[in-house]
Amino acid sequence: MIPAAFEYYRPTDMDGVLAILTEHGDDARVLAGGHSLIPMMKLRMAEVPHLIDLQDVSGLTGITVEGGTIRLGAMTTQSEIIASVALTEAAPILREASLQIADPQVRYMGTIGGNVANGDPGNDMPGLMQCLDATFHLIGPDGPRYVAARDFYEAAYMTDREDDEVLTAVSFDQPVGGYAYEKQKRKIGDYATAAAAVQIVKEGGKCTSASIAMTNLSDTPIYSEEAGAALVGTVVDDAAMDAAVAAMLGDIDPTEDNRGPIEFKRHVASLILRRAIARAWSRA
Amino acid sequence: MSNKMHIKLTVNGEEQEFLAEPRELLIHTLRERLDITGPHIGCETTHCGACTVTLNGKSVKSCTVFVAQANGADITTIEGIGDPDNLHALQTSFKEHHGLQCGFCTPGMITRAAKFLEENPNPTEEDVRFGMAGNLCRCTGYQNIVKAIFATADELNAAKEAAE
Repeated sequence: MIPAAFEYYRPTDMDGVLAILTEHGDDARVLAGGHSLIPMMKLRMAEVPHLIDLQDVSGLTGITVEGGTIRLGAMTTQSEIIASVALTEAAPILREASLQIADPQVRYMGTIGGNVANGDPGNDMPGLMQCLDATFHLIGPDGPRYVAARDFYEAAYMTDREDDEVLTAVSFDQPVGGYAYEKQKRKIGDYATAAAAVQIVKEGGKCTSASIAMTNLSDTPIYSEEAGAALVGTVVDDAAMDAAVAAMLGDIDPTEDNRGPIEFKRHVASLILRRAIARAWSRA
Repeated sequence: MSNKMHIKLTVNGEEQEFLAEPRELLIHTLRERLDITGPHIGCETTHCGACTVTLNGKSVKSCTVFVAQANGADITTIEGIGDPDNLHALQTSFKEHHGLQCGFCTPGMITRAAKFLEENPNPTEEDVRFGMAGNLCRCTGYQNIVKAIFATADELNAAKEAAE
């Protein structure tokens, strides 16, 4: 479990990070909490000749809730998300999802930036960010760039981020209505067999808008626009939930692995989404 | 590639300085370089928590931290929590409540529990189980570990009250 040797850098500003990335291209990677990258390096599934530790880079931390917009610096850890009263008041789904990631030790180290930028379909934050229609803030040699979470993921570990870019923050409008992040996993520390992020708005007893995204059921997170649309205008009864689940099943494409065969995953996805919708509706 | 770097750590209050490759894992630094063998290597894959130490006030699994990342950090291991002549309340309580059998997970378990009780001095049973979820024990079934942590919380709170 010893990774290949690498050069280690700990720059204190983003110019320093970008200079190293520009010089070494895809031989360089940034390290946030390291709890996805370091295990891959130890297994020698990832080789990183130039490792750039972001821990001393200024401007990458902090949670702000201002004027209806929420912004989290990329180096915000899951334990900081869980502990933030202001964030939990403004967007409680962040805390609910973070509590279901890995275990306490990992949550002290794991960051939102690493979780969304890594492109692992098992990570929970990408689906959640798609549910919230978040924007990812990237910076590269040509300056900053903004990408919608719903457009960011291309395939497993493949994203819209270029090799010489760094994800610096995520931001999204303060969500309204009921919420739920529901996750089925085999044990603490495991990735989801299936997980669902749901935000629902209720007015006059009916659903007026709904946003639904699924985790670890394709090689990217899946934002299911049709599943959300199936709930709009309904009182979110059994028939509406059936329609939403059917729409979601049309959008996911799970593969068989040690969490089970495809049919099982589709079954779990259905149950999890149904539970998430029911809970979000009860809170709407 | 030999690219050793100068590393400075404070471990259990003592300053340590040495040259190491950045890829060295913190658990290997502690056990093999500094002879601090309380933190154990169970799985070496971020699952079991036997290698848990406190790094700058956070419970971390030291098998998943490069020594380069820890450069400049303040680290506490089980050796910094108590010693045979002066056991920490958690160590006494684990002993009294049979919170260990083979003992392999215990250093990580107690190091994590100490940090957990610092953050949450009045936990519910659910809080304890959730807060200790990153540490695996293959002997006890956890029941007595939870009991030991509860008893310690009561004891520490009573001591705090008495002091006030």
